[in-house]
Formats: sequence, C-alpha cells, structure tokens
Amino acid sequence: MPEVLQAPLVVEFPFTRSLGPVQSAFLTGLRERVVLGVRTGDGRTLVPPVEYDPVTAEEIRDLVEVAPTGTVTTWAWNHEPRRGQPLDAPFAWVLVRLDGADTALLHALDAPGPDAVHTGMRVRIRWAGERTGAITDIACFEPYDGPAAQPGDHTGEFAAPLTGIVAPARLDYTYSPGRAQSAYIHALSQQRTVGERCPSCRKVYVPPRGACPTCGLATAEQVEVGPRGTVTTFCIVNIKAKNLDIEVPYVYAHIALDGADLALHARIGGIPYDQVRMGLRVEPVWTEGARFPDHYRPTGEPDADYETYKELL
Amino acid sequence: MTSEEAPAARDVAVVAFAQTDHRRSTAESSEVEMLMPVLHDVLAQTGLKTADIGFTCSGSSDYLAGRAFSFTMALDGVGAWPPVSESHVEMDGAWALYEAWTKLLTGDADTALVYSYGKCSPGSVRDVLTRQLDPYYVAPLWPDSIALAALQAQALIDAGHTDEPALAAVGARSRADAAANPHAQLKGRQPQGDYVVRPLRTGDCPPVGDGAAAVILAAGERARELCARPAWIRGIDHRIEAHGLGVRDLTDSPSARLAAEKAGVFERPVDTAELHAPFSAQEVILRRALRLGDDVRVNPSGGALAANPVMAAGLIRIGEAATRIHRGTSDRALAHATSGPCLQQNLVAVLEGDPR
Ligand SMILES: [Zn+2]
Repeated sequence: MPEVLQAPLVVEFPFTRSLGPVQSAFLTGLRERVVLGVRTGDGRTLVPPVEYDPVTAEEIRDLVEVAPTGTVTTWAWNHEPRRGQPLDAPFAWVLVRLDGADTALLHALDAPGPDAVHTGMRVRIRWAGERTGAITDIACFEPYDGPAAQPGDHTGEFAAPLTGIVAPARLDYTYSPGRAQSAYIHALSQQRTVGERCPSCRKVYVPPRGACPTCGLATAEQVEVGPRGTVTTFCIVNIKAKNLDIEVPYVYAHIALDGADLALHARIGGIPYDQVRMGLRVEPVWTEGARFPDHYRPTGEPDADYETYKELL
Repeated sequence: MTSEEAPAARDVAVVAFAQTDHRRSTAESSEVEMLMPVLHDVLAQTGLKTADIGFTCSGSSDYLAGRAFSFTMALDGVGAWPPVSESHVEMDGAWALYEAWTKLLTGDADTALVYSYGKCSPGSVRDVLTRQLDPYYVAPLWPDSIALAALQAQALIDAGHTDEPALAAVGARSRADAAANPHAQLKGRQPQGDYVVRPLRTGDCPPVGDGAAAVILAAGERARELCARPAWIRGIDHRIEAHGLGVRDLTDSPSARLAAEKAGVFERPVDTAELHAPFSAQEVILRRALRLGDDVRVNPSGGALAANPVMAAGLIRIGEAATRIHRGTSDRALAHATSGPCLQQNLVAVLEGDPR
C-alpha cells in the first residue's frame, strides 16, 4: 500500500458581522475608552452587554456606563500563550466584574506570575494604544490597588458609531485524504486514473472514497479506468473565475471514463465550445509536472451511443 | 375518539452500540473509512441492513475536518443511494440520538441508525473549539478550551467544592477504570503531569484523539426482536445556559440538573452514570448537580478523561450506559452529554432494562 498522503491546509476567513444597537454601543465605547453595560428588567447590569435578558429573554437596551476598575471572580494561569491570545508573555485568563456591573467579562491579566493572582484581587483596564472598536481595544487588565474608579454617565450615544466588525479567523490543519483517495492521487502522479470496485454491486467509483454509496460497504479492489471517456453532460461557462487563467466561454463537462461507473468532471478543450456534445469521446491532456489532467480533448472517435452512458447521467 | 389524553408514547430503546478504538491519530483513514467498521458492527449486532433502517441521523463538525459539508462524505458509509431518510446535527452524536428518538416517537420509523465521529488529529482542537465562542466579545481573544475549563476549575476550588488532589483522583480513577475498556485511548496509571493551564494539569484534561461511534434505536416490539435486553430510554432532555461565561455560575450546572429532572432521573435511584466530563473538575460539578451519591458507579468506561473523540464522546456515554444494561450489569443508568465551553449545554438520558 502506498504511503498515505498529508498536506498543510489553512482555512482563513474574515467574517463580516453586523452589530445591533447594544453591541454597537459597547464596541464603539471601547474605542472611546468607555465601558458600557446593559440593565435588565430586574435591575442587574450585564457587562459585556447582550441584547436579550438571559433570564427572561426580553429585549434590553438600557445602556449604563461602568468603571474601568473591577474584581477578579476567577482566573487561570496560562504559561504558554497561543497564537491570537491577548499577550505574548505568560498571563492569567480572568473573569472580571467591573465596578458597577453584576456579571463578569473574560480577558487577560498581565501579572508577573501565578503567585501574584488571586480571586478577589483588584484590577483595572489597560487600554490598547490603537483602538478600532473591538474587544481587543482592552489590551488586558493589570493589577490595581487604588480606589474604585467612578463610572461616568455615558448614555451610549456616539458621534460615529460602529455598525459592523470584521472578525478574522485562521485555523491550521494537516489534511490527510485517507487510504482510498491517497491511492487515487498517487496514481494520478503517474498519469493513471484508478477507482475502486464495490464488492457487492460491482460498480467502479472514481475518485474512490473507500465506500460504495449505494451499498454502504467498504471498497478496496483497485481498478484502472480510462484514459479515454465519454462526455455525459456539460455546461458552458461564461463568467471568468477569479485567479483562473482560462478564456471564456469554455465547457465544463461530466466525463464517464471507460470502465468507471461514476462520471468525473473536467474542462473540455481542443474543440470550439459550441461543438461539444453529449457522447463526445475525449482523452486527458497532461501538462508538464501537473498532478491532474489540464483538460480533456476530443479523440476523433465516433460519438458514443446514448445507450452506453445513459446510466451515468 | 373522545379522550383528550395523548396516546401513550412508544417505548424506544438502544439495541446496539459500537465504537472505534480511539487513537491520537488516524491519518491513514478518511472519516468514512474510520466510521464504516463501526456502522457495520452495529448492523451485524442486530442483523439489519442499511436498507432496513427507518431513519439515519449523524453528528459531526466541519471545524474539525476543516471542510464545509464534511458530513456528506461520511454518508457514503450508510448507503445513501437510493435515497434514505436522513438528518445531521453539527453537534455531538448524543443530540443526533435525541433527534432520532423524537422521530421514532412520532411513529414515522421503527428503527434508527445514529452515528457520530470526530477526527481531532488534523487540527489543534484547543484552537478549533474557540470558533464556537461568542464571535464579538470572546472568540477574538482565542481562549482555548483548556483555558476556559481551568477558569471553571479555579472557581470550583475557590468555592471549596474540590482541590487539586481531589481533581487528580478523578483522573486517576477514570484511567484505572479504562484499563478494562479495550477502546480507551489513555488507560492505567498515568502521570498527573505539569500544569497545562493552571490549575489544570495534563491528567485533568482529556486525551486528544480520533474516533467514531454508532447506535441503533428501535421502538416497541422491534427492540425486543433485535436485542435480548433492550436499554429502554425512559426519559431524555437537553438544556442550555447563557453563552456569556461571566453571566453563569461556573461552579454549578443548572442546565444539567433541569435536563435530569425533565428526563426523570430523580424519580428513582440510578445504579450507573456515564458522565461526559472532559475535565476532572466537570465531574465534580456534575456529580453535585445530578445528586449522584457514592453508591452510583460513575464512568466505569473511564469516561472522556480516557477517550474524548470530539462529537462522538457524548454518544459514547449513552452507548456505554446502554451496553451495561444489555449485559445486565446495570438496571437503571444515567447517560449525560455536554457541548460548548464549561458545560454550557447538557443532555441527560435515563436508560432502563426490563425487570429481572
Ligand atoms: Zn455497491
């Protein structure tokens, strides 16, 4: 059995998120060094604020300012900060109940070591130098033994309130396609196409995924298919894809390789787009060093009889 | 029909359960390749074929796979063509089981196949799980799953409900019990290790691993035909708490208690409890919330501290509890699954065997 393949896979997405009136006021406030909470029907002040009362589910919008000083309600010492976390040096994760609030906010506490942190300790906000309207506008908390700061009386009305945020996310993976697809990719590197045959219904699946989707059985028997095949259906692409250097219009087709019971899809070249047809016989065109066929072109054979590929449509 | 009473609910039981050997990495298998032996195992236990199954429901997460709609690939393993009656939850398979249970209660199906799987090995599950947090206030800080559990553990210590030696004992007992579990990933004597995020040490945290599980449910007489001693689901309920960690009392699990109450846990004592507590402190919280005395056998399988394939670990708790009923080592068992940070969401089921 050939070696199972692995490759790095990075998934990154900049999520664009809308803010409602409450989240807008809170995040805009951080930009202006103002911390806002929201008051519930029973008179509690929630920081960070939410739009709906967690107990009654009633909509709440009554914004009140709280102080930038507060008390640690629980903590955890993080001696190995990870990518994206607020501080690069060892720090404490803390839940902090700001003075004037009834609930706690999660953030980081800059402290010299775990012995300098305890539940009940007093802390204050250290603001980030550049603030954009994000939770990271609070750079972190720092120990503070002065008097409690007096909260202002900000109403939550700002001249240029934020209406949305962009929250970038990135996750790193090591992708492995497993046994069946590894074998398929290995074969492609030798310009061969292999599928797998179901032990029950005898159908050959390309690309193989290690299971027959009809029978729900494991497949293992490898079968070489193609290289020639038949266009079973196709579409004409008229819009140029970003970062893709192919002139439009072009044809994208389902191709039943000889010996396969499932159609692959690929681009058709070497023939004007308006002459591609169902039943057209095609063969792969490889470019130097490529890991898969660049496109398929007509073989010049007579078209396949409809009866030979109608089951694969 | 003049009666205003609802017709009696159908009895639904777990009749078969299978799981993989959970391992740190299964790079040699795709998700469906890892899952298929487990599916074939539960079908073989009951003599059913995929075509005989009335309803199929699965649980998994795209964020573990790093790909959108990753569950569609796994469907190859259940023979999804010709069309099957099928559904999916982007959650632990315990919630897929809940959906299948309600489907069987409606009478639309007599049997259901429930499966779930998670491969943690392709990514860093500590970071992956940050993406389920509040995207405005919390996720931008990237607090990983161990950090959040550590905050909860410290709150519990501060409240006087536990201490670090007691937490270490939870991990040690779990791995000692797992020695008898051929599927467990971490078993026998294990060092308590260094702090990962203080106060949690390696031994307080679950192993990172890949795995899958499958269960077959059947209703009424069908269950008796398929299993000598079905594990009847006498009640099942799930509840959720506020997503804001600072709003909640992290030392308690009111949602687990409420789910247990609604599932009927407190009506009569249970003899066994399979708790989905990935971190040692969470077992302490759940024992209190679920009022489990010292006479209840907790996590004889070793629990999530011995194997924690994300998205399958909760379903495995139900399967392990059911298996003890099938074998006659339990008569009334509690099974619990959790999801989200710091026990945010909790599902509780009560399973019973026929009287002997
Ligand atoms: Zn087949």
